[in-house]
Amino acid sequence: MQPLRNHESYLAFLGHRLSGLALAVFLPFHFLALGLALEGAERLDAFLVFAELPLVKVAEWGLVTLLTLHLCFGLRLLALELLVWPYRNDPRLRWIFPGTAAAIAVGVAFYAQVW
Amino acid sequence: MTEGPGNALNVRIWRGKAEGRFETYRVPARDNQTVLDVVTEVQRRQAPDLAYRFACRVGVCGSCAMTVNGRPRWTCRTHVRRVALEGTLTVEPLRNLPRIKDLACDMAPFFDKWQRAGGRFSGTASRREPPQRVDPQSPPRLAASAAIECINCAVCHAACDVVAWNSDYLGPAALNRAWTLVNDARHGPRSDTLDRAFAEGGCTSCHSQGNCTRHCPVGLSPSESIAALKRSAFFGLPKLEAPE
Repeated sequence: MQPLRNHESYLAFLGHRLSGLALAVFLPFHFLALGLALEGAERLDAFLVFAELPLVKVAEWGLVTLLTLHLCFGLRLLALELLVWPYRNDPRLRWIFPGTAAAIAVGVAFYAQVW
Repeated sequence: MTEGPGNALNVRIWRGKAEGRFETYRVPARDNQTVLDVVTEVQRRQAPDLAYRFACRVGVCGSCAMTVNGRPRWTCRTHVRRVALEGTLTVEPLRNLPRIKDLACDMAPFFDKWQRAGGRFSGTASRREPPQRVDPQSPPRLAASAAIECINCAVCHAACDVVAWNSDYLGPAALNRAWTLVNDARHGPRSDTLDRAFAEGGCTSCHSQGNCTRHCPVGLSPSESIAALKRSAFFGLPKLEAPE
């Protein structure tokens, strides 16, 4: 990473953008699964068996974590752009660590529930 | 870096235009020297054809910004001991601007964007009228004053990734300037300035990465000005108090 990008606000931008891209890739599969439910139980059950594979579960864990990260960093952006800044020169840096911690906590909870 | 007969800095300086190469110079290390001092020493003693730009040498004029070890900085106020990496300095022209020669870049696109953003002050009163009374503690004046001390050094412009990705983007300095005028009671076309700042390539292109605020040498917050422009575009111009 270039030295000029080595700070929290840029890392938050990267986290928000990359998690958004990952979610955009995931959404078509999500809608496919929902569509299969409309077409009958048999096809949906086959898909759910596929969804139980360990590699798919790992991907699911990643997506749940990234979704939380995207939500938290997106809330920070909305606050940045729609609310008056409480401190000068501080683009709500204090929101970045709790957002990351929330994503990790949700990831751990998901892991504990699945395995 | 400690001053002494044996101590020297290795200074890698970009020579050429867009195409070029780094050349390395050895300069005596001193206890108190700025990056601009080092570049000047190279130009005076070793490379008289080295092109660079400076004027005031005290952080007022905004002429001497360069890229130092990967970061845009005002070189006249950047002490070598704070930025040298193992006795080495790498000095390049600013990013995101056309290179003219060596460390000098063309600032025309930077100032063209100020004009595009509606950054030219246009007063409503003539010289025959009394000066307009402005309460220095009113919220719009406080907002303008917080952003007004820009020295036009283009450090934020060079630090901004969105400027690098989208040459149409006005950039942090021009939008920061627009925000000061949107809050200036003496500026006539406040609404026009806001419209220009909100047009394509304006404030909505900002990704809030914060590189500009992180690197502004005078401690301004262009990110905050851009966010405030976005808010004004949604919720309307900042309200000015009625004149007495």
